[in-house]
Amino acid sequence: MRRESSIAFNLFNYGIQAVITLLCLYPFYYILIYSISDPQQALKGVSFIPRGWTLFNYETIFRLDNMGHSFFVSIARTVIGTVLTVVCSSWFAYAVTKNELYFRKWIYRFLVVTMYFNAGIIPWYLTMKELGLKNSFLLYVIPSAIGAFYVVLLKTFIEQLPQALEESAMIDGAGYLKVFARIVFPLSMPIVATVAVFASVGQWNTWMDNYFLVSSDRLETLQLILYNYLTQAQQIVNSSNMQSLSRGAATRVSPESIRITVTMVVTIPVMLVYPFLQKYFVKGIMLGAIKG
Amino acid sequence: MRRMETARSAPRPRKKTLTPSRLTLFALVLPCIALIFAFNYIPLFGWLYAFYDFKPGIPLSQSEFVGLKFFRLLFEDKEQLATVLINTFGLGILSILVSPLSAVFAILLNETASNRFRKVVQTLTTLPNFISWIIVFSLATAIFSSDGMLNGLLMKLGWIHDPTNVLADPGAAWAFQTAVSVWKSLGWGSIVYLAAIAGIDAELYDAAKVDGAGRFQRIRNVTVPGLMPTFFVLTLLNIAGILSVNFEQYFVFNNSLVAAKIETLDLYSVRIGISTGDVSFGTAIGMAKSVVSIVLLFLLNSFSRKVRGQSVF
Repeated sequence: MRRESSIAFNLFNYGIQAVITLLCLYPFYYILIYSISDPQQALKGVSFIPRGWTLFNYETIFRLDNMGHSFFVSIARTVIGTVLTVVCSSWFAYAVTKNELYFRKWIYRFLVVTMYFNAGIIPWYLTMKELGLKNSFLLYVIPSAIGAFYVVLLKTFIEQLPQALEESAMIDGAGYLKVFARIVFPLSMPIVATVAVFASVGQWNTWMDNYFLVSSDRLETLQLILYNYLTQAQQIVNSSNMQSLSRGAATRVSPESIRITVTMVVTIPVMLVYPFLQKYFVKGIMLGAIKG
Repeated sequence: MRRMETARSAPRPRKKTLTPSRLTLFALVLPCIALIFAFNYIPLFGWLYAFYDFKPGIPLSQSEFVGLKFFRLLFEDKEQLATVLINTFGLGILSILVSPLSAVFAILLNETASNRFRKVVQTLTTLPNFISWIIVFSLATAIFSSDGMLNGLLMKLGWIHDPTNVLADPGAAWAFQTAVSVWKSLGWGSIVYLAAIAGIDAELYDAAKVDGAGRFQRIRNVTVPGLMPTFFVLTLLNIAGILSVNFEQYFVFNNSLVAAKIETLDLYSVRIGISTGDVSFGTAIGMAKSVVSIVLLFLLNSFSRKVRGQSVF
């Protein structure tokens, strides 16, 4: 072993990883310091340290009348959508491990092939409309209830659970639902958690359904609010929303500070939870890799 | 995995007789089947719209059947089709070309002596994967737009005199979009390669060491070959998905200045089908794309069977 080349390699290796990490992190750091800078001073440019500490931006955006409600809609779709996905997908996954299920193989294939084709956005749009999901909260949570990838993960896990427990419960007279709810589901917690994490991040980040199919303000998600702010940044400052703020406040905020602070608010939940959930993601992708 | 399946169902009854408990089980699965059918299969019937001259408000049954008119229309507008295809393939090929970066990053991570450093790097570099494209777009705007952070900083340093807006620069659009997509997916993409590295037999490394192989030789002769199967499968899947890559990304980053450079088949289909309201034509575009994608997937799969004796899926 040549020592020098090893030191050079280590320097290069640590260096490049540090640079990549900083590049990944900096945009988040930037919006953080921008959002806590004074809006007027921030216009002169912020790069590494905030200019004039203030929580004024956050106060402002939470006084916009649609913000609080959208936050609630986003939380609601995340929680309800995740619960539905976890329950439906794991029940389906359990059922297709049961030999007693009629057409078991075909039912499973019926789902798995959906991973490989996609009708496209317009047929999807038309279908949702036909099914009456346009402008409905159900649009957010029902179509995603059974995900092929999740079912594959769950089924793989459930298959390796010991059968003895299940069988003894069956002998004691428990039905499939009971066995699933009392035995299989609790035993599958590690993989259920993984699926829950994938599903909840997915729900929080989804906005296409909202963009194309929901025009009602009552059902607007945070992501879409942010998108609207990005595409019509200038309008917000002049909008009725802003006029409802006190006059002094309206002159102090800038479109940039509003936009960046909203971005921060949409990002914070993900930033807070994902480091703790990282291991579940990794587990999911590894299982997926083995399976795929 | 297949083996496990058969092991579990070992004491297999000859025939599935009708019993109440089995019927209940089946009945309880029916709602799931209905959901799968409703949201994955019914949209396929939407392809019918491509063959009718559908006008919103008039039911499909009363619309005029026009056969392949819209597919011909797609090929008649040669200029538009060429632009869209060039963008789709250009951006798609770029994204395939940069895909080995994740593998390289995984190798670098794997060669890191400090476990804690590696964990921190891994956690932080996966963060971009968990945020929506809207947030990515917002971050990019904050940093790269004319009055964004980067222009401000460069002007302050005196390196440039006038701000440049890379988000509205058609010449830089492909490179910029590729860079953004690498930023978002590099760390996440490396996880699957790290898993593959973890699966390499440690004895191979020991043997290489005994034979006097240095670090680079071990990387080149053990790690890289160990990653090849994973890389091969992922690349085939990427090629199969080339027509539908990164729709959300291009959708949010699209604007009138760069549209000629980032409008892909998907975006074109949505623009025609939803924004202009020409549902039939939009569906025809999307359908043509989906059919070609599926054919591509099967071709690549049989290619994979020939080369490796294994299917991709």
